[in-house]
Amino acid sequence: MTEAKIRTEEMLLNMGPQHPSTHGVFRVVVRTDGELILESQSHIGYLHRCFEKCAEGNNYLQVVPYTDRMDYLCAMMNNWGYAASIEKLTGIEVPERAEYIRVIVAELNRVASHLLAFGTYGLDIGAITPFLYAFRDRERILKIFEKLCGQRLNYSYVRIGGVTFDMTDEILSDIEAFCDYFDPKIIDEYDNLLSYNGIFISRTANVGVIPADLAISYGVTGPSLRGSGVPRDLRRDAPYGIYDRLEFDVPVGSGEMGQVGDCWDRYMVRMREMRQSIRLVRQAIKDIPDGPFCDKKAFRGVKPKAGETYKKVEGARGEVGFYVVSDGTNIPYRVKARAPSFCNISILDKLTSMSDVMLADLVAIIGSLDIVLGEVDR
Amino acid sequence: MARLEIGQIIAVLKEKLPEAVSEEVLDGVDPVIVVKAEQWAAVAELCRDDSRLGFDLLSCITGVDYPEREEGAEIEVIYNLDSTANLHELTVKVKLPRSDPRVASVEGTWATADWHERETYDLVGVIFEGHHNLVRILCADDWVGHPLRKDYEPPDSFHGIKNVIY
Amino acid sequence: MTEIENRNPDPLTKNVVLMTAVDDIINATRANSVWPLTFGLACCAIEMMATGAAKYDLDRFGSGPFRGTPRQSDLMVVAGTVTHKMAPRVKRLYDQMPEPKYVIAMGGCVIRGGPYVKHGYHVVKGVDLVIPVDVYIPGCPPRPEALLEGIFKVQKLMKREKILDRTRRTTKPEVYQPV
Ligand code: SF4
Repeated sequence: MTEAKIRTEEMLLNMGPQHPSTHGVFRVVVRTDGELILESQSHIGYLHRCFEKCAEGNNYLQVVPYTDRMDYLCAMMNNWGYAASIEKLTGIEVPERAEYIRVIVAELNRVASHLLAFGTYGLDIGAITPFLYAFRDRERILKIFEKLCGQRLNYSYVRIGGVTFDMTDEILSDIEAFCDYFDPKIIDEYDNLLSYNGIFISRTANVGVIPADLAISYGVTGPSLRGSGVPRDLRRDAPYGIYDRLEFDVPVGSGEMGQVGDCWDRYMVRMREMRQSIRLVRQAIKDIPDGPFCDKKAFRGVKPKAGETYKKVEGARGEVGFYVVSDGTNIPYRVKARAPSFCNISILDKLTSMSDVMLADLVAIIGSLDIVLGEVDR
Repeated sequence: MARLEIGQIIAVLKEKLPEAVSEEVLDGVDPVIVVKAEQWAAVAELCRDDSRLGFDLLSCITGVDYPEREEGAEIEVIYNLDSTANLHELTVKVKLPRSDPRVASVEGTWATADWHERETYDLVGVIFEGHHNLVRILCADDWVGHPLRKDYEPPDSFHGIKNVIY
Repeated sequence: MTEIENRNPDPLTKNVVLMTAVDDIINATRANSVWPLTFGLACCAIEMMATGAAKYDLDRFGSGPFRGTPRQSDLMVVAGTVTHKMAPRVKRLYDQMPEPKYVIAMGGCVIRGGPYVKHGYHVVKGVDLVIPVDVYIPGCPPRPEALLEGIFKVQKLMKREKILDRTRRTTKPEVYQPV
C-alpha cells in the first residue's frame, strides 16, 4: 500500500472537565489531525460558584471569605485586593505594621503558589519527583500560616482595615528561618531538578509562544505576560501598600532556551519571582515597625458612602481587580472580580489555531499558564 | 509616552470625537466618563490607537443592574482600561436602557473582550452587537435568566436536582 | 474449626464457611489497596493533593495511586464544589466506576453547599442529591488528617463487604437521572 492510500481523518477529542492535567474542571474540545491540533474550543463554568451573587447578599466583612475561595492558591492576595478596594472606597487608613505584615504574608503566599505551579507543571510534563519536593516546602509555609491564622488554605487573614492577628516574634523568626532554608539552596535545587533538565527543556522551549502584543490584547497579566517579555508588575507600576519602599526586580522572559514567550520562559519567570519574593520578605521583616495591626473600628463593620471604585493588585497569577459599587448601605451593591486566570486561559484557543500545537503540547501550555479554576469561573 | 491626567485624557477624546463623552464624573473615588452607547465602538478604537492614550489593555468589564432609577431602569456597563506603556487608566461607563440593553461589541479592539462580554451577557443580560459567539459562558447552556439582575429568582430545581434554599 | 464456627454463628448458613473466608481475603486485599479517582473540583482538591504528597503520604495506608480514569478506581473522593453544570459529569463518572464503589464527600460544599448554600444559585446543595455517598468529611477545607480518617472509614466499610450480598447497593437512596 502506498502512503497516499492511508486515509487520515480529522478527529474531535474532548479533554476534561475531569482530566488530571487541566488543573481542575476545565474542558477543551480539540479538532485534531493525527497528533496535530487544528483548532480548540475551551469551555469553562464547571465551577461557577456565584461569587458575585454571594457578595451582594452579605455585608462587606462577610465577603472576605468568599474572596479566598476564588483563587485558593493565593488567598492572601485576593483578600488584599478586596480589602484594598473597600479601603479605597471608604478612605480607611491601614496601620503601618499591618502593611508590612501584608507584604510578608502575600509574598510567602506567592512562593507557596508558585511552588504548587512548579510541582504540578512537572507532573503535567511527566516528572513526578518535583511535585513531592514542592509539596515538602509548601507545607513549611502552610505551617507558618497555620500558626498565624489557623487555616491552611483559605486564610481570610487580610481584612478591611488591617490583618486579623498580630505577627508574633516567634512567627517572624520562623519566617526568617524559612527564608534562610529556602533561598538560595532549595531554589537552586529546583533549578537543577527541573529547570535545566534536558527533557524538560525540549518539552517546553519553543512551545506555545505568545507574542507580547497578542498577550496584552488578550488581557494576559502576571508571570504569563512577563514571560512574553513585558515588564509589567503592578507592585512596581501602580504601587499599593508599601511596595514603593522595597527593592525588587521584575524578572521577564528573554528567550534563553528558545523564543521569547514560550512555556519555558513563563515557567522560569515564576522560579525567578520566588527569589524576589523571599528578598521582599527579608526586607519587610527587617524594618517592620511596632504598633497596632488593625483598625478596630473597621473590623466591626464598614459603611462606605455611595460610590464606586476599581482597585487592582498583583496576585500570583496576574492582576486581581475588584470593581465595587456601594449604595451607602453595609451590603455591597455589586462586586465584580477581575480574575487573572480567566483572561490568561482565554488565549488558549488563539494559540492552538495560530501555530502548530501537538496534542502533548496542549498540556504543557495549560500548565504554563498556571490557571486556577476557582478563579476562572468564580 | 507619558502619563496623562484624567483632564488631558478627556481633552484628547473630545478633540477627535467631540460628541462622544456625555458626562464626566470627576468627584467620585475614581474619575469616570460616560460615553454614548452608539459612539462606544469609535471611542474604544481611539483609546487603543491614539499613541497619547495607548489603552492597550482592557482589564475588566462590569455590568451593573439599576432597576429603580428615577430616569428609568438602566444597566450600566463599565470598562476599565489600562495602558501598559503610559501607566494611566480610565473608567468608561455606557448607560443602556434596562428593557433592551444593547451595545456594540469591542471584541475586535481588545481580544479579551470576547470572554468578558460573554460573561456580562450571561450574568447581567447585556447584548453585545457584533460579537461572534454570544452564548453563555459560566452558567449551564440551558440556564434560564440572568443571575445578577436584581430581580432574579433562582430556579426551584434544575434538571431534576432540587435547589434547596435554607 | 471452632474459630470458623465462631465467625459464623448463624445455624442456617453454617455450611457456607468457605464463602466467609473468601470474603475476608478479598476484603482485606481490597481495603488495603484503595485506588481513588483523581477528582479535584476546587479548593478541597488541593488538600487532597497535599494528602497524597510528601508530608501526609497517603501511600502509607495502601491507597496511593490516584487514577485518572474511573474505570480503574474504586473510591471517588468528591473534593470541591459540584455545580449544576458539573453534576451530570459527576453522575456519569460514578456510573463508569466498577462495583463495588465508594464515595467520600469531602468538604462543606459537597455536603450541603458550604459557604454557597444561600446565594449559590449554580451550586448543587450536596452531592448526595446526585450520587450516593458513604463517608462525609466536614471542613472548609478538611485537613489532610481528616481525609485520612475518612479513608480509614471507607476501609472499614470495605471490610464488611460480602461478595454474594448486593443489598448495600440496592438500599441506597434513589438518585437522580440526568435528563
Ligand atoms: S468546602 Fe470550602 S474548601 Fe472545600 S471546596 Fe467548598 S469552599 Fe472550597
